[in-house]
Formats: sequence, structure tokens, C-alpha cells
Amino acid sequence: MQLQDKDRIFTNLYRDGSPWIDGARERGIWSGVKELMAKGQDWIIEEVKQSGLRGRGGAGFPTGLKWSFMPKESDGRPSYLVVNADESEPGTCKDREIIRFDPHRLLEGCLLAGYAMRAVAAYIYIRGEFYNEAMALQRAIDEAYDAGMIGKNACGSGYDFDIILHRGAGAYICGEETALLQSLEGKKGQPRLKPPFPANVGLYGCPTTVNNVESISVTGEILRRGASWFSSLGRPNNVGTKLFCVSGHVNNPCNVEEEMGIPLKELLEKHCGGVRGGWDNLLAVIPGGSSVPLLPKHICDDVLMDFDSLREVQSGLGTAAVIVMDKSTDIVEAIANLSHFYMHESCGQCTPCREGTGWMYRVMKRMVQGRADREEIDQLLDVTKQIEGHTICALGDAAAWPIQGLIRHFRPELERRIEEYRRAAA
Amino acid sequence: MPKLTVDGVEVEVEAGATVLQACEAAGAEIPRFCYHERLAIAGNCRMCLVEMEKAPKPIASCAMPAGDGMVIHTNTPTVKKAREGVLEFLLINHPLDCPICDQGGECDLQDQAMAFGPLHSRYHEPKRAVPDKYMGPLIGTVMTRCIHCTRCIRFSEEIAGVSVIGAINRGEHMEITTLGQAITSELSGNVIDLCPVGALTSKPYQFTARPWELRKTESIDAMDAVGSNIRIDARGNEVMRILPRLNEDVNEEWISDKTRFVYDGLKRQRLDRPYLRKDGKLTAVSWDEALEAVAAKLKALKGEEIAAIAGDLSAVEDLVALKDLVTELGSANLDCRQDGAAIDPSCRAGYLFNTTIAGIEDADALLIVGSNPRIEAPIINARIRKTWLRGDLKIGLVGAAADLTYAYDHLGEGGDVLQAVIDGSHEFATVLKNAENPMIIVGTGALTRPDGAAVLAGLRKLAGDCGAVRDGWNGFNLLHLAASRVGALDIGFVPGEGGRDLAGIMAGAAAGEIKAVFLAGADEIDMQGLGDAFVIYTGSHGDAGAHRADAILPGAAYTEKDATWVNTEGRVQQGFRAVFPPGDAREDWAIYRALSGHLGKPLPYNSLEELRARMVEAVPHLGATDTVTPAEWGDFGQAGAIDAAVLRTPVEDFYLSNAIARASATMARCSAELLDAITGATGTDG
Amino acid sequence: MSADKQESFSFSPENLEKAKAIIAKYPQGRQRSAVMPLLDLAQRQNGNWLSEAAMHYVAEMLDLPYIRVYEVASFYTMYNLKPVGKYHLQLCRTTPCWLRGAGDLRQVIKDKLGISHGETTEDGLFTMTEVECLGACCNAPMVQINDDYYEDLDADIMAGLLDKLASGEVPPAGSQKGRRGSEPFGERTTLLEKGDS
Repeated sequence: MQLQDKDRIFTNLYRDGSPWIDGARERGIWSGVKELMAKGQDWIIEEVKQSGLRGRGGAGFPTGLKWSFMPKESDGRPSYLVVNADESEPGTCKDREIIRFDPHRLLEGCLLAGYAMRAVAAYIYIRGEFYNEAMALQRAIDEAYDAGMIGKNACGSGYDFDIILHRGAGAYICGEETALLQSLEGKKGQPRLKPPFPANVGLYGCPTTVNNVESISVTGEILRRGASWFSSLGRPNNVGTKLFCVSGHVNNPCNVEEEMGIPLKELLEKHCGGVRGGWDNLLAVIPGGSSVPLLPKHICDDVLMDFDSLREVQSGLGTAAVIVMDKSTDIVEAIANLSHFYMHESCGQCTPCREGTGWMYRVMKRMVQGRADREEIDQLLDVTKQIEGHTICALGDAAAWPIQGLIRHFRPELERRIEEYRRAAA
Repeated sequence: MPKLTVDGVEVEVEAGATVLQACEAAGAEIPRFCYHERLAIAGNCRMCLVEMEKAPKPIASCAMPAGDGMVIHTNTPTVKKAREGVLEFLLINHPLDCPICDQGGECDLQDQAMAFGPLHSRYHEPKRAVPDKYMGPLIGTVMTRCIHCTRCIRFSEEIAGVSVIGAINRGEHMEITTLGQAITSELSGNVIDLCPVGALTSKPYQFTARPWELRKTESIDAMDAVGSNIRIDARGNEVMRILPRLNEDVNEEWISDKTRFVYDGLKRQRLDRPYLRKDGKLTAVSWDEALEAVAAKLKALKGEEIAAIAGDLSAVEDLVALKDLVTELGSANLDCRQDGAAIDPSCRAGYLFNTTIAGIEDADALLIVGSNPRIEAPIINARIRKTWLRGDLKIGLVGAAADLTYAYDHLGEGGDVLQAVIDGSHEFATVLKNAENPMIIVGTGALTRPDGAAVLAGLRKLAGDCGAVRDGWNGFNLLHLAASRVGALDIGFVPGEGGRDLAGIMAGAAAGEIKAVFLAGADEIDMQGLGDAFVIYTGSHGDAGAHRADAILPGAAYTEKDATWVNTEGRVQQGFRAVFPPGDAREDWAIYRALSGHLGKPLPYNSLEELRARMVEAVPHLGATDTVTPAEWGDFGQAGAIDAAVLRTPVEDFYLSNAIARASATMARCSAELLDAITGATGTDG
Repeated sequence: MSADKQESFSFSPENLEKAKAIIAKYPQGRQRSAVMPLLDLAQRQNGNWLSEAAMHYVAEMLDLPYIRVYEVASFYTMYNLKPVGKYHLQLCRTTPCWLRGAGDLRQVIKDKLGISHGETTEDGLFTMTEVECLGACCNAPMVQINDDYYEDLDADIMAGLLDKLASGEVPPAGSQKGRRGSEPFGERTTLLEKGDS
């Protein structure tokens, strides 16, 4: 399998050209948007459905289907598109590149998607730390307004559409869509109870769809090239191209756009210069951002990078952020470090996550040293199960899974440390 | 009406009900901490998780709308495990200080840990310690115990309407706080009841008693005319605390801070033995000597030289006995309107809160005249706020602006604006007219003016003009301040044929025509105005009346007697004795009965039962306990010109509005610290 | 830096205009949405920290209870509720950076400046905060200094950065090893045509 450059969407991923509107136009962005809109809202939604695009923010929900939940007739309330640019999942750094190097691709997608779901405006919620990225995106928004691409009579379509940029201020949880909406409304980023779902009661109590930057950014090319082009890439139910963020112990960490379903080994060896010290020096990979369980080397040998393949090995594609760990890694500390992350980022609203993330981290910290009883491994596993599925949002699950993955694949390592610590103490 | 199955039992619930409510309807007990039926759903404690078929994971039953065909399981291993897990999480950072915790014995966490919790903790890490917070003179905090249910935040936001409590920081560092501020609400004490653990506790009650030592008496509050249902907890002969009792029609489950915290005033400044003024000095005497001296004084007077004024804290029975006694002495000089309000006793509908408190929720337009319900009747104000929050209640105020915790149109301050509303020239008259269920609340402050009778007549006219009175709806409401007032009006504690009213009594006393005056706990009148009259004070506290008195006959406070109370709605309720009056003090009716014996004119009852029988015979609706007997509409007030002067509440200090409250150190602290914030005139114009 | 009390705060005329423009971005009656940008604006004007006075000012401007503003300010990590140094070193500590030597950077900061998480140098020049993933994982390890990301670091480069900052020079942000973004080091494997140009 080899994705060709001609099938790549994010052609300015490495900032070979100008991010600004002239450069964007050279890359074909904004071309034919008026005509695409003229085909109608239902056509756009149907085309995106047919393309098989699944959300690129982590959950993988079919994008077109999500859009179709939005009301076709207004009951007096406006509808909104909200773009989740809160990119905070450890390992993930793809949306940043879209925003700073190819912002018009996102804006074009906002217009098309917003139009399709009959939204009056798009709010782009960008994580606060991306200050320079926000400045770049605002510049692009201003350009798009000036060029008539958005605003009144956007792209000459007769449709009015605004895009408003909103900066966060430091909270991973705001990547959760309802926490993001709370934050956008000027509140603490604490997830809402569902139901009601945002498509019914979202931003300001109005119908709202929240989409990831990448999901929205590919819309323009899908509509221009056709659903079948996109769906012909990858494997059934796991189609299209995908930005992979490869970090950790590879020789050339990088973002790269590849075909869905590329073998993990091929992804690392072809694009990232391979694992430091060679494939046999691989210890484990977290294949989809910090929230998904790690995979030990033997699974990495032949697993494919897509939703279904990774689910089959009890992990997930998540944001396609691949964190590579070679044999020099203290795997327990690597996961303990993530436990610290979840403790730090828990919003504090619901009991299992507020209390459980700190508990897990403190046990994990002891596990790094082996300062624990053997029974505590199962106890820790039990605590993760007590959190998983019992919280308001998915952060609880996300905090539980990395530890579950560790215990699943590295229990002997945990036991070894406990024995070692005991011997040393004796 | 969705139908669902809970543990194999099929139940049908109201549309909009939650799964939790459906479970309860099916008889399945669902533990919870954050859920409270009167507060917005938070769904944060996760204790109420249940299994729903076809759902991939357990659902929070408090937050899930009941849907047709749902199949719910509440007793599966998964549910049991989930509950144990949540409890374990709540307990890992909760201190094990139950033996020294005021909540001990009545703690939701303690109870549920026993019922649903794991047997032992597996947590071996250091426990979290959270600094305590200052929340004012009433609320004590032990924040390490907090389980972050946010009930207190939701209560203050939603019910009390003050944004002072919040949750700062995040994750395990989240803390409930007021940032060092007192909770500036007249309803703040309710957060103590709402707190499911011992994080928020009663400061005055702190470490004074354990719940199992307390004798609980169901009774009625006398701090205002709402008649809040209370439970008086006593140990020995001491009131240790006062809590609300549920009554959907009156106070739901809230009480004001004055109702809750006034009780230390019951132990201070008490009149616990009879006194006679001898050589200008009040001297303690025996009951016999006191009653004999009073009788001797009265025997020497003609009936018309005697008068009686009822105060705000007297029970109906007390005033029945006093009225009978005074009448027997040949006097018709009686008045229960110690504030001089131009209340017309001739038409009951003219002096009741006819809409009823619960009825407020049906109103869609409300005119408030010369009242600040927030401090005159906090519970009624909370009901207005509740209705306003629903979104379709339009409120207008004529009178001095105040922060009422809801938005209103401030129509103006003076009587001229009221006149404009009454004659229909003000646009709010149209609002009332267009409303389906318009409501008018007039405070006694509007009736104590020289033009009070005209104001009353004008509002009666307005009520008629705007369609506020019809079959099934009476939108005219007089908001009383005094617990005694409606009962007193009902039994006719007003001037009889040829008798003098308050002004007449005062004038008579000043002129020497009135020679003896009974003050039944009347402390709010101008004592200077009583001239040289012989003043017989019956009451519980050494306040203004007792200081002026020539004879003090020590009576029982509202917690110390079985008594009938009629609230501003006209609702008849029974209070019960929680403790005995202190020292030689006696129930007031019994004092009058004893005095009648000394006068040789014994009243025709020897027991409370006999007195009540007579009372109900004279005023039948007083026998209908716990009900409001609707009053017939009629004429009241006296047409006349309304002065342009500012209409304002007569309550100067919410916390110190009666003799018991003035004896309370707690109320004094509240007055000093909270009063300004609560009565601040930050009018919220529409 | 010692004073973490501030008597009063108000926006400069320029920032007041900005604040009005920010509030106007949101629909009528939704001015609460502006609380985060206004707190940010206040922090920028106020030497990179938020005093109580500044939070009260923002609360008043938006007609919000102070507690609601404080809740927000204390929830999000980017609001500094205490004064910070001229250069706020925000070291990414999370696994992708940790795997590539975040610990070394922490050590360099400790060795050269004597400060750890939450501490400020005595001269008020540097504050060190360990933060969670900043989303530049392909360019790990990295630190954010005030608004700017410094990426592809190692101990030596970090030491050099600190020296420059201490001498008053602010080095260019971005990759410190010559990358434009997150393209691979060395030979391209994708976007070849563009890469040549």
C-alpha cells in the first residue's frame, strides 16, 4: 500500500507553500465552493455519508451521519457548527499543522459543513496554548472575510456564514465536546450530562454539531473529488487518508498523511526512519493518543492502523497519535506519567474520575518503584474498572485504559519490580 | 406517559420523569448524594447508576429521562459493584471523624456506606486535607468532609438567588467556597440540611448535641406570618435546634435563617417570674401577689377604661382568652394591629393571602405594593422566585427598590404611581389585565400610612378591574408580618361596638381616659404613648413592653405551648410544646384564666381543650387544621386619595424584628454582618 | 514580584476597545462567553498574571458574579493567579516529551536557574511550570516560553536558550533544529514534489 502525493489532502502539511489565501487558492482551496453549495445541503450531507468519513477527533463516529442529526427546519433557534481545535490528547499534534500551515482548508470546510447543517456560524475553539496558531487562523479568517469567502453571501452562494475564533485557556477536558461548549459559554469546562445531545441542545441551548479540525478540513476535497475517491482509499469502514502523528522513539518523528489501514510497522519504517535501534528494539506503541491501551511489540509487528484493526487488538485508532517506545523505556513510568496527566486534567465534577485518577496515579507511582504488594496489581485493575463506564464523560475511560493496557501486557514487569523492591528492602 | 420495567415491575410515570423517579415508583430504592428533587440535576455523584438494557454501560438514573419501553435493573451485580465503587471513591478522601462530626447519626454518606458500601477500604495513600472556609455567622465548615455534590451551589443559585458559593480549581483540588464571603442570603441555613455529609454544619449548633439525644417536636414557626412547618429538637428543657418540616403548600422544605437560628433568643432575656412595679421599680413577686394586684387594679376601673393590644407572637388561644377576659370586664377596646395597619377586619378576603403560597406558581403577573417579600416572608419570596425562574411571571413593584433575587419592573416608589396603576393609566395595569392569573401582593407597610385604608380600597378595585378575582382564583393578597395577626383578626381581636382601636387606645391612654392596658406581647408600639396607664404585660421576653410594664405576667414562647396559628393565607395549623416555659412562666391563656378567677369572673374553660371547643364554636374554620378555608370576596378599605409618598416595607431589620430575635446573639451577629447585603437596594429593573 | 496584591485594575483605553470588540463577537445576551478572552486580555496587560482586582474588573464588565469568574480563572491552567517571571518557562512533562528527554530539560533549568515546578527566580526573570502535553509531540521535547513554542530541544540547546534569555535576547521560536514544522528530519517520504521546491 502506498498513498500517492496526488491523493494527499494536506499538501501544505510541511509548509512548502504559503498558508495564506493566495497559497491556499494555488492548492485549490475555495475553488468551486459556490457550485458545491448550489448542489444543496442534503447533497453535501449525503456525499459525506457516502465517503465513509469517520470523525478524526478520536471517537470515529460517521461524520455525515452526525450532520444529519441537525434540524432541517429551525424552530426559531439558530444552529451552530463548533470546531474542536482543542488538540490536547498527548501524542497528538496534527490539527496544529492544519491551523498554522493550511488554515483556509479548515475555513472552507467550516463553510461547507456549516451550510450543510444549516448553521449560521462556526465557532472554532482552539486550545489556549496555541497562541501563534490562533493568530495565524485569525489572519486567515480575516482574509476569508475580506475575500468574501465567508460572511454575508459567502462565496457568492447567497448564504450568510460567520466564523468566530475562541481561545481556550488550558484544560484537556475542553476537548470533550460538551465541556468545550460549556467553556465556550464562559464556564468551567465540565462535561454536560447526555441526553440532551448537542444536536438538540448545544451551544447557547441551540442545535450544535462539534467536529474535529481534521474532519472538517477534509470536507472540501471530498466534495470536490467525490465520495468514491475518498472511500476507495483504505479498507471498508475504515476509509480515506489520515494524518498520523508519530512521536517518541523513532528516528524521524513527524506528522504524515497516509492511507487508513497502513501497517504500523510500515508507517514507522517508511516515514519515520524506523524505531530507534531497529524494529527489534521496539518495546511498545501507544497507537492512538494517550487514551488508548498500549500494544507490545508482537502485536505491532503486523497490526494495521485503522479503527477496526486496532479495536480487534483491544486498543484504538483514537487520534492516530502514535507514541513509540523502545526497549530503553521504563514502561511503567511512561504509563504513570500518563496517569499524572489524567489526574491533572480531571475536571473534578464526578466522583469516580475526581477521586479515582489521583488514586491510580499514586499507586502507579509506587508501581514504578515496585513499592507495592502483588495483590495491588489486581486491585489497581479493579479500580480502573470502577472508573471505566461510570463517569459523565470519557475522561474516566481514558484514564483507565492505559493502565489496563499496561497490566494486560506487562504484568510480569510489574511483578518483577515488586519482587525486586522486596528483595532490596529485605 | 412512558411505561417502563424496573426489576421486572412495570410502571407508568409522568412524561418528563426520570429513570430514578420511575425506579422509586416501582419500589426500588436508589441511593443518591447529588440528586435533590428541588434542585437542578447535576448527575455528578454517580451513586444512582442503574443498568438499562441495550445501553453499553450503567446510566445515571437521576439524569436519564424515563422512556417508553426501557428495561431497568437496579439489583444486578453490575449495579452493586458500581455503587460500591462510587462509595469507595467517596470514602477514600473522606475523614473517618464520624464520632466528632455533627452530621453523625444523620449522615447520608454514613447511612449509604452502611447499606451499599464495601466492607473495608483498599486505599493506602495519604488522604486529602482541605482548608475550611468562612461562610458567615451561620454556616460552619469542615471541608475535608465535602463530597463535591454541589447541592449547596445549586441551592444558592437556584432557590436563594445569590451567587456566592462556587467550586474553584479542578480535579481532586476542586473546593467548594465562598471566597471568604458570608453567604448573603436569608435562606442560607438550608444548605446545612442539603449537605449530605458534615461539610456544612450549623455554627450555633456545633458540638452541642448528638441527634439521638434529641426529642423531636413537630411545630409551627412564629417568626413571620408564613407559618413554616418546623421540627423543634430539644434536649431536656432546652431547644437545641430548629429544622424545617416538609409542607409542599407552605414552606416546601425550606425555612428562613430567622426561623432556624433564632432559638438562642429563647434562652435569653426571659421573663421567668411575675413582677410588679413597686416604687417605680420592677420587683419579683409571687403569682398570687401579681394576679391579686392586677385584679385589684382592674376591679377599680370601668370597662371602657380598660384596653388590650395584641402583639405579633401570640397564639390564637392566648388571644381568645384575653379577648374573653377583657370583654367580661366590659371593654370593647381591643386591637391586634399594633402597627396601626388599616386592615379591614370586616371582610376576611380583604386580609388574607388569598392566592395561597402554592398558588403563586399559577400566577403569570404579579404586582407588589409597598413590600419587600424577601425580608417580610423569605419563604414566600422563594416561591415567587421559583415561579419567576420558570420564565413567564411578569413582576412589577411599586415601592422602594430592593434586591428581591428576581428581576422586576420597578414601576415607581410612590403612591402616585400606585394610583396610576389602579386607575388603569399605567401600562402595568394592562399587564395585569392581560394576565390569565394576575396577582397583587400588598405589604402592611402600605397600610400603616395615613392613607392606608384608601390604598386598600384602591387595590381592591384594581383586583376587580384586572380580573384577579373570579371563580377558582383570588389574586388579592395581603402579606402579613406577624404570626398572630390573621388568627387575631379571625377571632375578632379588634374594637367591638363603640370600642377604641390602637390609635384610640393610645390617645385615650395619653389623655388618661384609658387607665389599664393589656399588652399581649406587644413590643412594637410607642410605649411613651401609653401615658400613665397601668400596663399589664404578658409575654416571654424582657423587651420594650416589659420595660414599660407595671405588672409582668410571664408567658410561654411559641416553642413552649400547644397552640393554634393561622398564617397569612388563613391556613390553620397546630404547634406543639417542645419544652416547658422557664421558671414560673406559664402558658398565656392560663394566665388570663387565672386572672379571671382573681377577678371573680372565671372564664368558662378550665383546659385548653375546653378553650378550643369554645374557639371553634365561635369561629368554625379554626377547627379545620392544616387547611385554608377560602374567604368570600366583599367590600373592604375606604376609598380616598392616595398620597404620593414612598411606599416601603416596615421591616427595618429582618434579623431583629421581634422580641425573641432581639434576644438572640446569633441574630445580632447576622444583623451586623448580613443585613446590608440582604436589604441592599440594588433594584433589578426589568 | 513579591507583591501578589493589587489595589485596582482597569483596561487601558486600547484594551478597552479590544474588550468591547471581543464582547461583540458573541450573540446578544451571551456576553459571558467573553470571560475567558477578557481574562486573557487582563492578564496580558497585567504582566502575565491575574490579580483579584483584575478578576473583579472583568466580572463587573460582564455583569457576572465574582465567584463565577474566579471559578473559571482557577479552572484553567493558563491563568496565573500569582505573579510569574518575565519568562514563563512551561516545560511539557507528558509522555511524548518525557520519552525524548523532558527530564533533561527539567534538570538544566534546575541546574542553571535553581528553580523547579512553581518556582520563580529571585531576580523575577524566570518562572518554571511543568505543564501537561502542549500538542507539539512530533517536535519533542519542547517548552513554551510565554506565548512561543521552542521545539526539538535537548539539554545543550535548552541551556543556550536560557543564557540568551538571561542576557535579554529572545531567540526565534519554533524548532531549534531547523525544521519548519513537523516534517521528518532528513529525506522526505511524502509531498516530494513540493519538498523539492
